[in-house]
Parts: sequence; C-alpha cells; structure tokens
Amino acid sequence: MEKEYWRWPESRWTSPDVDWKDGDIISAGVDVGSVSSQAVVLVDGNLYAYSNFRTGSGSPESAQKVMDKALEETGLTLNKIDYIVGTGYGRVNVPFAQRTITEIACHARGANFMYGPTVRTILDMGGQDCKAIRCDAEGKVTNFLMNDKCAAGTGRGMEVFADLLSVPIEDLGRLSFEVDKEPEPVSSTCVIFAKSEAVGLLRKGWPKEKVLAAYSSAMAHRVAKLLERIKVEKDFAITGGIAKNEGVVKRIEAELKIKALEPKHDTQIAGALGGALFANALVEKEKGRR
Amino acid sequence: MLAHYGYKDGSGEYFIVIDTDKCDGCEECVAACPCGVLEVGEDENDPFREEPVARVTEEHRKKVKYSCGPCKPASGRIPLPCMEACGPGAISHSW
Amino acid sequence: MNVAGLDCGVKNVKAMILEDDKIKAKISVLSGFDQKAAAQEALDKVLEQAGLKKDDLAYITATGTGKEEVTFAESTITEVGADAKAVSFLYPSVRTVIDVGAEEGRVIKVNEAGKVIDFAINDKCAAGAGTFTETMARALEIKLEEMGALSLKSQKSVPINAQCVVFAESEVVSLIHAKHAKEDIVRAVHDAIADRIASMTRSIGIEKDVALVGGLARNIGFVDSLKRDLKQELLIPENPEYSCALGAAFVAAEKAKGG
Repeated sequence: MEKEYWRWPESRWTSPDVDWKDGDIISAGVDVGSVSSQAVVLVDGNLYAYSNFRTGSGSPESAQKVMDKALEETGLTLNKIDYIVGTGYGRVNVPFAQRTITEIACHARGANFMYGPTVRTILDMGGQDCKAIRCDAEGKVTNFLMNDKCAAGTGRGMEVFADLLSVPIEDLGRLSFEVDKEPEPVSSTCVIFAKSEAVGLLRKGWPKEKVLAAYSSAMAHRVAKLLERIKVEKDFAITGGIAKNEGVVKRIEAELKIKALEPKHDTQIAGALGGALFANALVEKEKGRR
Repeated sequence: MLAHYGYKDGSGEYFIVIDTDKCDGCEECVAACPCGVLEVGEDENDPFREEPVARVTEEHRKKVKYSCGPCKPASGRIPLPCMEACGPGAISHSW
Repeated sequence: MNVAGLDCGVKNVKAMILEDDKIKAKISVLSGFDQKAAAQEALDKVLEQAGLKKDDLAYITATGTGKEEVTFAESTITEVGADAKAVSFLYPSVRTVIDVGAEEGRVIKVNEAGKVIDFAINDKCAAGAGTFTETMARALEIKLEEMGALSLKSQKSVPINAQCVVFAESEVVSLIHAKHAKEDIVRAVHDAIADRIASMTRSIGIEKDVALVGGLARNIGFVDSLKRDLKQELLIPENPEYSCALGAAFVAAEKAKGG
C-alpha cells in the first residue's frame, strides 16, 4: 500500500457573531481520531471556533496542534478555557483536558446540537470506525453499535479504493454516479478481497466510475445493515468524514428509504462539538445551575 | 441504553448486547464467563450515570467471535453461562 | 499407474502427479488473473517434470477455489475433503487438521478412518489468512521468506490491537516509527494471526494429533506462535502447501481403480 492517503482538506473557522470576551463559560472539546482530529470552542454553549486537521504521529501532539489552530487569531488562550473534554479513538490522550468522554456519547450530543432535537438516529463514519447511534431529544444515547474492527464500512476502506483508482477524495461521490446503470455491488465485504475483485473488474474493462459505484453500493449496503440492527428512527443524520461522500450517502438513503438531515457545519466536528457541550454542562453543574 | 459490543466483518455479525437499563452491576456475569470477556465499571457512554454497569473488556471487543469460541462450539450449543447468570436478563448475543 | 491432482488456489495453482501412491512430480505456478490458463500451465509443467504426456494420466481430480475452471479434470473434491484425505494418509494418528492458505483458513476434524466429521472455514476475513503476514511483510519491507527466522529472534512481544489487515498495516507502520525492533513486530504479527487460527481450532475442539498444512506452515515463526497458543505439538508434512493437491491426487487414484 502507498504511504500517501487521500484525506479531507484541513480547515479552521471562527464565528463572526460571537466574541469570547463577552462570554461567561468558555468550553472546548478535542476529538483525536485515527486519521483526523478536531477541536471545537463554545462560548456559553454557542459555537465560536473549530478546526479540523490531520492526526499526526501522537495523540498529545495532535490534540495540541488542533487546539492551537482553533484558537489561532482569536486572542483566546488555553488557560482562559474553563473546561476541556477530550474524546476520540482508543485510549486517547489529550493532556490538557480535564476529562475524557467516549466518542459515542460525544457524537450523540454533537449531532443533537448540529441537527437539532429531532435527531434520533446517527450514523458516524470516521477514518477507522463506523458508529450507529440512537439518541433521545437531549442527545443522550439509547442504543449504539460501533465497528472499529473491520475496515469495510470505514473511511480507510474508501481510501483504499481512492488509492487504487487514483481518484481524489472530493471527487469520489460525484464520480460514482457517472454510470449508465447502477452495477451489482462488489461481492466481498473484506476490503482486501474487494480490492482484488476490483482489480479483476478493471482488467475486464470496467471504467473506474463503474468500479467506484459497485464499491460505494457495497459499502452503503453494509452500513445500512448495521443501522438496521439498532433500528432507524427519524430523523436520521450522518456525521464524520463519510457525510461528505454523496456517493455513499445517497445510496444509504436509498436503501433505508429515509433522507438524512442537511448539515450546516463541517460534519467532522460532531465528536469535538459533543465534547465541548459536555464540558459546558459540567461547568454549569459545578456552578450549581443544573 | 442498548450497548452493542463487537463488530461485523466479512464472516458475519458478532455483538454482545448489554441493556444498561436492566443491568444492576451485580457482577454475576463476570464470574460466570470462563474467558474473562466481561467486566463491571462505570458507564462509558453515559457520563452522568453513577451506577456501575457490565461491559465487554476492551481487550475482547474486537475479537468477540474468537473470545466466545469456547462457549460456542461449531456443533452442539450449550446455554451461555453469562446469560444464565444474569438475573435481569440484560445480556444477549447476536450469534 | 499415474494420476494427477490439481489445487487451484487464489494465489497459486499446485499440481501433483502420483505413481502408485508415490509422489512423482509436483509444481506450483502463480494463479494470476486467469485461473483456467494457470491450471493448464501447471498441468503442462508437472507433466514435463514427470516425463509424461496427458494421455499417460489415468485420472485427474481438481480442488481449490478455482476447481470449476479446471475443464480437463474428470472430478472435483472440496478442499476440506482433499486436506482430510492427504493428511490422514501421511499421519494416520491425526485427528485435527489446520490449513492456512493465502486467502482462507480451515480447521478440520477427522476420525480414525480419515473421514471428515466437522470443520470450520474462514474465507471472508483476510486477517485469518496468509494475506495478513504478506501485507505486514511489505509494510516492514522484508521478504516473506525471511519473516519466520526473524520472528524467532524476538525476546518480547509488542501488542498489535488491530484485528484487520488494513488497520494492522497502519499499526505496524506506527510501531516502526516508534522504533520498535523489527523482530518484535514480526513476532507480534505471527502471534496475532496464530491467535485467530487457534481460536478457530478451539471452536472445533483440539484433539491430538494436530497437523498443520498450507503455505503458512512454511513460516517457522508462525508455527512457533501457533504451537505456543495451542500448547500442542504440530505435525507438518514436507511440502505443506501441496496437501490439497496430494489429497486430490489420492481421490484420482481411487477413481482410476474404480472407486
């Protein structure tokens, strides 16, 4: 496998409407993922700033980098933040966080904020995992299932194909629809075996759009099955990098016969956002407002 | 909350489901399991819950198919010790 | 009487010619993308090695994932059947047969007559097959043949948490960056796959004697890890990757005699 993987572009954002100096409680969440990391800063529970950057070689360095990037040009410094929650892949290490909370809990809270209290079912697909979460109107988890054992149905599974077909990640979705007829999905679930299958198809003369469609279809089907296990209840929302791949999103919607809510912010920040919301709630609790 | 621990891979779907609303943290399942798959600790996914709850240990989450092998021979299933031990019936297996 | 057995694997096609139950010739060719052509090539080469022509063969049996592609075969047998036949002949005391190939792992239980009484197959997840070690060898930039000896040099094991080939590859790369010794990483790779194979064996039930066949049996590091995990001695034939071809050839011999 090549060492260079295709990844979503990095970014940072500051709200034009919010000023941290007017705020009472400043909270932050840092989500260190296997492929990318995010930091979110809230002022009194309102979205103030966020950043999304590639995870480096270590968790503490990535956490620091992504936090620094979020604070860039805001004048806000780490010591002025009242509470920071860390979350992410495995036993994540965010040295400057006061507490770590699981990604499941954080994604549910983050999605509840991003998509509103009507959200009941969340699909999150990150670099190396896939989560199906059911939550209530407050963003509390009622049912969840996480798959981080098998690459099929994760961002890395899609990256393997992006590499194989030399298609940049931003084009994967659009390209998968440039087919006359939707082909049969790739039969192997395993990414390794699916890749061999794809090589065979390319040799048979299949254009790469068709191979991409076949794989996107297989991935959507797999993910839909995972969601069916926890039962899909509307409203349905998608977070994580995969939400930006319309090739997979539209096929999942078609299979589940439900449309996903439109995101208003970068879908990759859901975990960090949830963390920041928990941080905010924990400060409020300490201050006795709950 | 229904916590599904496990995974789906090319060969199938393998999940141990713990209903945290039913689980009372009694630890009978931990003792009953011959392979140390279960433990009782804080509810990781509900930061505001104080009562402890049963979980699949991190070591086993990604290989439950293999971890539960001894209780699930290829032929001739036995009643699962963890499920028998659980009074409130909080544990179930998807395979 | 000469007979031939062909094992059409995903990675290699193995062909074997028996003369009165003795191995006369054997050959392995890469399957490539055209299994039919590879099977023909294997047959031609093994005949050449034996100094025979196709008409000299009394019977040909095929096995392996590509067995249907072997149009010149007169019968087929499943890989499970072939393994059981071959190993029971070589080691009549064997009751458990483990076969790990490039893309499939199998465990078979046989009785004293060499009949299959139970089996388990993993052909859906690459982490339980040779592809796992092969991919890690690439990541470590060492030759597959060198993996075994290197892993035996290790004094300690480093945990590999990932259970998937794709994720394990990244994990191995980070272990290399973290400056872990290559021999420790290689040993961890072998321990990881041995753990999965051992679990599959336990689900069938370990009954002595236990035999190991298939390409991965040539990897002494893997063999060592598996022995430790199963706490069993393993019987390994001289040409482990040919066991299915041998089994198919035995079937061919039986058929030729009118069985």
